[in-house]
Amino acid sequence: MITVKGLTKRYARNTAVDHISFEVQKGQIVGFLGPNGAGKTTTMRMLTCFLPPTAGTAIVAGFDVLEQPLEVKRHIGYLPETPPLYPEMSAAEYLEFVGKLKGLSGPLLRQRIDFVTGRCNIDDVKHKLIGKLSKGYRQRVGLAQAIIHNPDVLVLDEPTAGLDPKQINETRDLIKSLAGDHTIILSTHILPEVEQTCEQVIIINKGKVVATDTVQHLQNRARGVESVLVEVAARNNGALDPAAVQCRLEQVAGAGHVLAKEKHADRAVFEVENRKERSIRADLARTVVEAGWDLNELRAAAMSLEEVFLELTREETVAPAPALETVEKGAAQ
Amino acid sequence: MRNVWIICRKELHGYFVSPVAYLLLTMFALIVGFFFWNALAYFILAGMESQLRGQATPMNINEDVIRPVLSNVSVIGLFLIPVMTMRLFAEEKRTGTIELLVTSPVTDTEIIVGKWLAAVMLYATMLLVTAINFSFLFRYGNPDWKPLAIGYLGLLLQAGALLAIGTFISTLTRNQIIAGAATFGVCLMLWVLDWVSGYDTATWAKVLSYMSVITHFDSFSKGVIDTKDLVFYISLAFLGLFFTARSMESLRWRS
Repeated sequence: MITVKGLTKRYARNTAVDHISFEVQKGQIVGFLGPNGAGKTTTMRMLTCFLPPTAGTAIVAGFDVLEQPLEVKRHIGYLPETPPLYPEMSAAEYLEFVGKLKGLSGPLLRQRIDFVTGRCNIDDVKHKLIGKLSKGYRQRVGLAQAIIHNPDVLVLDEPTAGLDPKQINETRDLIKSLAGDHTIILSTHILPEVEQTCEQVIIINKGKVVATDTVQHLQNRARGVESVLVEVAARNNGALDPAAVQCRLEQVAGAGHVLAKEKHADRAVFEVENRKERSIRADLARTVVEAGWDLNELRAAAMSLEEVFLELTREETVAPAPALETVEKGAAQ
Repeated sequence: MRNVWIICRKELHGYFVSPVAYLLLTMFALIVGFFFWNALAYFILAGMESQLRGQATPMNINEDVIRPVLSNVSVIGLFLIPVMTMRLFAEEKRTGTIELLVTSPVTDTEIIVGKWLAAVMLYATMLLVTAINFSFLFRYGNPDWKPLAIGYLGLLLQAGALLAIGTFISTLTRNQIIAGAATFGVCLMLWVLDWVSGYDTATWAKVLSYMSVITHFDSFSKGVIDTKDLVFYISLAFLGLFFTARSMESLRWRS
């Protein structure tokens, strides 16, 4: 649905977006993740034909952003970071104006306005002036505006920025519910948002794509140093000496740093770094049991996307290489 | 054309739901009404005097009332035009709604012409209100309607040119006040440029004088359509809109 090749945006002094390439399949929700100033907004503006790229191409819904901007604009719905609202209009008037601007008219326009006001839950405020609406409602009117012409592609720039937690959840659910009919790109610097709403992530930093993958894969990959969580308990409800356990675990071949995460009277949880190529889980299990303790739990510690993100965007000079390489470099440190 | 109309209606809606349009209409009606009253009072006084002296001085209501009032209206317009154009693009840039317009399937030209047309229509409404004054002349006297109509055509053309310049200046900034003040300065300059012809007849003075929007209104106020003046106003309007288009294009490269 979206194909981006070598897209670049250069200003007089700096390069905001540097040869980024990615692809988005139809019906997917893709998270565009990066710290502030990474080039997320610039990329989105190029996709929506607001800014022309300095180099490279982007094909949205089958049309080139440089060659056929009007066609691209017809097939794209865009919610900029600040919703583009006119405070002196009522929500209904505004949606009518945007609908007409996008080429709708007559009964179809009426029908679409009814549909989007229902979908975005703004039926009860549609005759109020936008200037008088709360931030959450404004965001929803902005979203309604973006989907009014039933576009193939939806581009949402930080759709949950500045909302309260309840509104954030509502907005996320709304976005998820839109995924079937539209291909969605949303940008954010909030990580849980990507974990919760997106199927695919594109992490960009300093204008370059650092990683492109599914959320699942990226979490796995970033576990370059695999850690294992071990919960050990004393037998027969006796007392457990965490220091002794830690000492034994450190002696296991291939185990790196051992971190005591929780300590209780009768049990303790440790995170053991796996230094070896092969898994050390079997060795850990044997060691614990042979030492006369109970093994309550043994599992791989998943890295949250937050850690992945920090890992990928941390370095000063990040090569525009696939995620794996970058992660390995991080691991080697 | 449909898109131009959509943008134009949105702008007119903006003028008329805020106090801007009503303020402009009221001020314009009051000031023009005052000028009209003055011109008419002088006219009546002169008529009475000539009757007292018992000699018939030639008097013409077109020459003595309509023409000076129309000339005044053209100058008052200069002061109100910045208020009409200052928010057109500056406000959209400030609030970010420009992104909505530019990412919609409409061309830059349609956006620009739509906005400019709305300002021209607001000005036309203001002119219509001033026409009430002149309707009294037709009720009690017998003025020639053609010079009056041509005068109004001239006013509209002059406003079209200045509004195009104002629209252009509005694209240069995101601050309405700056846009308004700069437009006001340019309008004022375009008015006083012709004063150099008062003391100098060199070529440069003639050129400067020619560039003044007010000198080109003279023939219209007399009821004469001079091609030279027609071309001046229309080309100035085109130039203003052309610059607006280039400025909008450059917005995307600079941003």
